[in-house]
Amino acid sequence: MGDILGLVAKRLGLGLIILLVISLIIFFMVELLPGDIAQAVLGQGATPENLAALRKEMGLDQPAIIRYLDWLAGAVTLDFGNSIVTGTSVAETIGTRFANTLFLATYAAAIAVPISIVLGVIVALLRNSIFDRVANVATLTSISSPEFFLGYILILYLAVKTGMFPAIASLSADMTFGELLHRTFLPALTLVLVVTAHMMRMTRAAIINLLASPYIEMARLKGTPPWKVIVRHALPNAWAPIINVVALNLAYLITGVVLVEVVFVYPGIGQALVDAVSKRDFPVVQACCLIFAATFILLNLAADVGAILTNPRLRHPK
Amino acid sequence: MIKKKDVLLKIRDLKIQGYSDETWVDIIKGVDLTLHRGEVMGLIGESGAGKSTIGAACMGYARDGTRIVDSSIEFDGMELTTATEADRRMLRGSRIAYVAQSAAASFNPAHKIIDQHTEAPLQYRLKKRLEAQEDAMELYEKLRLPNPQEIGFRYPHQVSGGQLQRAMTAMAMSCRPDLIIFDEPTTALDVTTQIEVLAAIRDIVDEYNTAAIYITHDLAVVAQMADTIKVLLKGEEVEEAPTKEMLDNPQEDYTKSLWAVRSFESPQRHRPTDGTPPLISVKNVDASYTGGEKVLDDVSFDIYEGMTVAVVGESGSGKSTTARVITGLLPPSKGEVLFKGEPFPQDYRSRTKDQLRQCQMIYQMADTALNPKVRISEIIGRPAAFYSGLKGVALKNRVDELLDLIELEPSQYYNRYPPELSGGQKQRIGIARALAAEPTFIVCDEVTSALDQLVAEGILRLLDRLQNELNLAYMFITHDLATVRSIADEVVVMQHGKVVEQGPKDDMFTPPHHPYTDLLLSSVPEMDPDWLTTLLEERGVDNVGDAATARIDPNDPKVSGTNA
Repeated sequence: MGDILGLVAKRLGLGLIILLVISLIIFFMVELLPGDIAQAVLGQGATPENLAALRKEMGLDQPAIIRYLDWLAGAVTLDFGNSIVTGTSVAETIGTRFANTLFLATYAAAIAVPISIVLGVIVALLRNSIFDRVANVATLTSISSPEFFLGYILILYLAVKTGMFPAIASLSADMTFGELLHRTFLPALTLVLVVTAHMMRMTRAAIINLLASPYIEMARLKGTPPWKVIVRHALPNAWAPIINVVALNLAYLITGVVLVEVVFVYPGIGQALVDAVSKRDFPVVQACCLIFAATFILLNLAADVGAILTNPRLRHPK
Repeated sequence: MIKKKDVLLKIRDLKIQGYSDETWVDIIKGVDLTLHRGEVMGLIGESGAGKSTIGAACMGYARDGTRIVDSSIEFDGMELTTATEADRRMLRGSRIAYVAQSAAASFNPAHKIIDQHTEAPLQYRLKKRLEAQEDAMELYEKLRLPNPQEIGFRYPHQVSGGQLQRAMTAMAMSCRPDLIIFDEPTTALDVTTQIEVLAAIRDIVDEYNTAAIYITHDLAVVAQMADTIKVLLKGEEVEEAPTKEMLDNPQEDYTKSLWAVRSFESPQRHRPTDGTPPLISVKNVDASYTGGEKVLDDVSFDIYEGMTVAVVGESGSGKSTTARVITGLLPPSKGEVLFKGEPFPQDYRSRTKDQLRQCQMIYQMADTALNPKVRISEIIGRPAAFYSGLKGVALKNRVDELLDLIELEPSQYYNRYPPELSGGQKQRIGIARALAAEPTFIVCDEVTSALDQLVAEGILRLLDRLQNELNLAYMFITHDLATVRSIADEVVVMQHGKVVEQGPKDDMFTPPHHPYTDLLLSSVPEMDPDWLTTLLEERGVDNVGDAATARIDPNDPKVSGTNA
């Protein structure tokens, strides 16, 4: 076990270095964007004196490297400065938005991950049957349709025509948990439809890949029933690739949900990012990008550790 | 020898087809087989003879991509070919069990050994979990596994190959089946380990009066195990007879040729006495892989021009590592390699082209050592062009010449790809590729161990002829002492990364030996069907394999004396 802790520590360290490099890239990419922030804030009618004063106030007269270090020092303590547009603290604005996104992602993942793995096992068991083909076609269709299209279809049938779920997923503080789940069901379902195919197909492929192994033949020759061959003998050895795909999809659920949030008017971080970009609210953009990067790094780390934990050779060294 | 006369398994006109190139091809062409209760039948033949396929068919099982057609397989009165899949499955594990060739690959890495052992008894509700576990420990003890109470609670990768193979035999016994199919159970093991497994299998089959089908390509092994022997060739039966009769008096020409295989022996050459330095000299070499333990410990030996040095030892004894040091793939941590008395750069990257050409390699698995997408002409042509700078017609002539040397018709093979060739032909291409560099020294790493005996014999004869014609020196890595006997001039015995004994072949095969050499030599099965029984009587059942290796006294004068 000590080895694994050491490995996690090493990966975490590496993740931090990657995050640092990404922060550099984010900051200087934003820096490279054309246009002047002070000009954008004050508008066309600003006098040169006003512009200079604002620049001084925002620290824009300092060299870029100093501003980067300032920003980085703040970011480490989760202080991302103030929004240019609203003037409020970025951490505060994004904080609630990010919590909303995490909620939606968890909701979708809680449905999608078990469904995809169970479906993957079933289609591996019934491979090349009608069920396998239907499941394949259905999930491929859902992954191939644009998210906003899927979202609008769901709204049309489940909200407008039947009225089972609300079309708009706006949140308020006094909602109960049940209400919350009901209200956000459609965006969550859209996300489920988008990520299921990938995970299901990887589960199927990872299992079928192992079916030619001698220990699978051995299990069959011991009289083990087919479902048990898959669940007990193939699945435990197939986790590593499945976990990796799950982690990638979880990252997508957090960072790739802009379209779904827009369609359902859901107050998540994706919307915040799009708004910030259009308003040139650079502190918000930088903070969002950094959060996305951290999400990817953490989830990939989790996938690596998960793959190690499911490998008996690494878990039980000689 | 046959204990009871009831028929247990009756196979009539067994035909199995395999799907290849979009048609069904006959693999097994009408084999009959009758097995009585408690009888052990050996199935023997070269690879591709269909032994394993017949073994699986005895369980009513057709591997993916094969099918059983118009046959009758009757097990204890039940017709398997017409039974439902569920009925057939009910027999597997409970009444017919299977022991696979590689236990390391056939145990599921994700579960403890004992959990895999108890799977069938629990599935068939024959025992409760704890009873089944106790029974497993009892079987482990019968099969002489160390720590029978504890060993089952380990994962497969934590247990050695020979022990795993016995654990698999125990697993096959878990429901006390009427019939066990042994599919080459000792082929992947070292000779010293093989004995333990053979003895364990024979005892337990005897004790429970289990019938068995023992599949192997090793005649000497089958002679120890079987009551009757059935010889197969390309999916057809050649002949069947009780073991003694078959050994003493084979009827068919093919069987006779199998029996005669071990006859080839090249005359022994001797070191030059005129003081010429050895071609390759390994001097006090230590080596280890990155960060690992020492794999080689003070290894020294010489290889003279035009001679064959066989390096023998069990897997993990450092034979291949020594080859990697000589070829420069693994720079040693101590010591050096001399070429004609001059130091050879330790890393292949710092060797000149002329130094590189001097030592070439031939690999064990010709299948993986040849790029399947490259034509034969290019495989052989590339080193010829690289080392000798040949181009155009000269290069083609050189490739033709090389193909002639390895006894393959140039016009027929020039444009073909490796997958179109048989195992023996591929190994010949591997030899030609090594020769293309015009070396003085070739490392042959287990070059015949993946081949059938007849084919292997052809390769050995070819290597011997080439050695005489081209004055080549070979370092012949092998664990097969029959191969050593037929081709070596000198022998180096390795154990745990050390050279325990070395000398001319004639000396090595006459006592007195280092105890480890002695153990290796006496562990090679002989054709005499009483060999195993006699050996076990002489040594005692607890003094074979790992136990015997461990018992070698480090203070024995022969042990400490040889390396000095």
